[in-house]
Amino acid sequence: MKFPLKTSIILFVLMLLILGLLPFASIIGLNAFYLDLAIRLMIFAIAATGLNLILGYGGFISLGHAAFLLVGAYSVAIPNYYDIDNGWFHLGLAVVCSALFALLTGAVSLRTRGGSFIMITLAFAQMIYFLFVSMETFGGSDGISISFTSDFGLFNLGDTLYLYYFTFGMLLALSGLIYRLNRSRFGYVLTGSRLQPRRMHALGYSPFRFQLGAYVVSGTITGIAGFLLANFVQFISPEMMDWFRSAELIFMVALGGAATLSGPLFGAFSFVVLEHIMSEWTLYWHLPFGLFLIAIAVFSKGGLVKLLNHRSRRKPDA
Amino acid sequence: MLEITHITKHFGGVFANRDISLCVEAQQIHALIGPNGAGKSTLIAQISGELKPDSGRIRFAQRDITHFTPERRNRLGMGRMFQTTALFNELSVLDNIRIPLLRSTARRYSISDWFYKAVESDSSIRKTALTMLEKLGLDHHPDQLVAALSHGEQRQLEMVMTLATSPGCLLLDEPMAGMSSEESARMIKLIRCLKNDHAILLVEHDMHAVFDLADTISVLVEGSIIASGTPDEIRRNAAVQAAYLGTR
Amino acid sequence: METQLVLIQLVNGLQLGVLLFLVAAGLTLVFGIMDFVNLAHGAFYMVGAYICALLAAKTGHFLPSLLLSLPLVFLLGLLVEKYLVSHLYKLSHLDHVLATFGLILVFDTLTHYLAGPDGEAILLPAYLNKSLHLGGIQLPVYRVLIIAVGLAVAAALAWGVNKTRAGMLLRAGASDREMTSALGVNIDRLYRLIFAVGAMLAGLAGALIAPITGANIAMGNEIIIIALVVVVIGGIGSIKGAFLGALFVGLVDTMGRAYMDDALKLFISPVAAESAAPALSAMIVYIIMAVVLAFRPNGLFPANK
Repeated sequence: MKFPLKTSIILFVLMLLILGLLPFASIIGLNAFYLDLAIRLMIFAIAATGLNLILGYGGFISLGHAAFLLVGAYSVAIPNYYDIDNGWFHLGLAVVCSALFALLTGAVSLRTRGGSFIMITLAFAQMIYFLFVSMETFGGSDGISISFTSDFGLFNLGDTLYLYYFTFGMLLALSGLIYRLNRSRFGYVLTGSRLQPRRMHALGYSPFRFQLGAYVVSGTITGIAGFLLANFVQFISPEMMDWFRSAELIFMVALGGAATLSGPLFGAFSFVVLEHIMSEWTLYWHLPFGLFLIAIAVFSKGGLVKLLNHRSRRKPDA
Repeated sequence: MLEITHITKHFGGVFANRDISLCVEAQQIHALIGPNGAGKSTLIAQISGELKPDSGRIRFAQRDITHFTPERRNRLGMGRMFQTTALFNELSVLDNIRIPLLRSTARRYSISDWFYKAVESDSSIRKTALTMLEKLGLDHHPDQLVAALSHGEQRQLEMVMTLATSPGCLLLDEPMAGMSSEESARMIKLIRCLKNDHAILLVEHDMHAVFDLADTISVLVEGSIIASGTPDEIRRNAAVQAAYLGTR
Repeated sequence: METQLVLIQLVNGLQLGVLLFLVAAGLTLVFGIMDFVNLAHGAFYMVGAYICALLAAKTGHFLPSLLLSLPLVFLLGLLVEKYLVSHLYKLSHLDHVLATFGLILVFDTLTHYLAGPDGEAILLPAYLNKSLHLGGIQLPVYRVLIIAVGLAVAAALAWGVNKTRAGMLLRAGASDREMTSALGVNIDRLYRLIFAVGAMLAGLAGALIAPITGANIAMGNEIIIIALVVVVIGGIGSIKGAFLGALFVGLVDTMGRAYMDDALKLFISPVAAESAAPALSAMIVYIIMAVVLAFRPNGLFPANK
């Protein structure tokens, strides 16, 4: 799986550069609204990066990734209720709980057929959704506000600038993690298991173990996105992350280009932009959006990354 | 080396395999022939571990492997070629060979080996892979996608991949399927060469290849073995002629 | 009387089970035979409810409205299959998810636009809004009627699948797609029929429940998830599995919600029981699904393959 210089990579790096420099533009007068939009974009990009690992590289369509957003977000909200604002604790809780949830549900779901996996992940996410709805103490379906944002000693994520660069740093770090993982032995076995599971068994590998590992990492990454989301919106309710949200994450991954490095960022960007433009246009923006989804399903193969790299066909996508 | 005793498998009320026993010795080619639907694929699936027999035992390398997973059988030294081409289609030729080599070149539980080091930059894997490709003349364009290879080259590549895990026993499920006579000749030569170091169970429809290569032939008809012996014995066997060779 | 309450809950549980069966039947067939993941199946449930409600409001007669909604939803199912779904079979599951999610959005928005956000209520006619008196027990007539309809449909499906030629083709299709088309059967029309019948059954369920819960936009998205759980537990492609799974899930969910706090009080303090009960009863269906899958990854009665 080579990594040549392709249009998608150039654009990816460019977008990262712009994101890195955006706060400076606000000094010279850029509306703070765009900073907020960028943070939202980056959080979704991280969530989509997590999903892409199991969906794109692993080949399993998770329709329940919003559950990890919930787990990560409530890892901030619940300690909040007890006046705990330690950022390390919040983040650590988000990571551990997401990983545990992924491990337990993955152990059961990954043994089933592909189509069943979709339904089962949806069901498990629904279970988590109901769990949080029923927790009246922590807001239930009304949600709960977050007054104690994550404090890491040197900085507090309640401050927009710190949150911005912390999120940006996470995006870079986690994208880098996926990049390395994909090119390692683990990544090769995962891809091989997606393409030819029978062959992998016959070559001495146990695909299930690798897929479970990928699912755990995938859920944890999206859990971190949930942690960031809680700090960003400073209010969490289960409705914010229902299964529609899971479907939107799938949309981001698919539109950007599944199993590519830059796909999640492109997909998140497209979604945030589309959502922003369309909702300004009409109250019923879900209708054209829905039609757009159908069109993508029928016509697009490989998403934006494939579209951008149209000419370089000899080598597999990065 | 590979010993199958009294293997029986049924689906619903239909017996796909009925009390099958056979033996594959080291440095021997045991061929399994029979008409379509005789139960050859079912038997191979049970030997490789994809199906569990209803009764009977499979012994391999002095171990009872009847309930072992396919991957565990491979680690004991069993290699397999599939009936239909099962290459990693989106990947290059080189990457296809790399995948079977990953385990043997990793220090067992090293986290860095498995999660961090880039496979591409591993020179020992690359060298081993290219050497293997060279033996079959496929090393000219290692970075091309496997989809670009001809059918015969693809089957050869699969053979290389199967050999990459250094198996002692090979299950070859119609290796010459869909090959031209020239490609088949090359494959026959290769299999004959492999005999020196492997025990081979060969399932094939190409009778020319079977009678050329096999030391022992077993004939499977409607789930049971009706005859087993040297090629000459089989050629002369009346029951076999009636049930199988005669109709071809 | 205690028995009265328990019986009411049993009736409610069976009624929920029967409704879930009507929705799950189409879902499991479409997934088992066409390998098509239809997230938008709940939309037919919703549309059935709305058509019945709107017709009942216009004409003032409930039962005829219900009966009329059936061919209308069937027609909708035919059109959706012909112009969209049939082009999706050959695509990947990922494309199915995207397209059917898009379809949900389209249906929901159209319904919102045409009927407003508030939903529609139906008033049951007097002769249905009564209670049956059986040996000292009172049972609501309408709920019993729903159960009867559901069982009748189940029996009709069982007969159809096992005794008719079309049913045989259906079972053959579930086991071996290539063989069925090789036999010269018009696969396209068979698939279209299966899809439309499934849609109609879901619409029937929606129309049946509408007098009790009202027709609203969210109902489709809510029912689809439990229906998927039923399909998974019952086994993909299996009508028998969908039936048994649906009744099981309906009963467990209803009894669970009604008696969870009482059950918990046997083990933990009343206060803890009261606070844990709502969460646990909502989750119990999913926990059961997880347990079933741990032992039977392909469900309890997988069709095969």
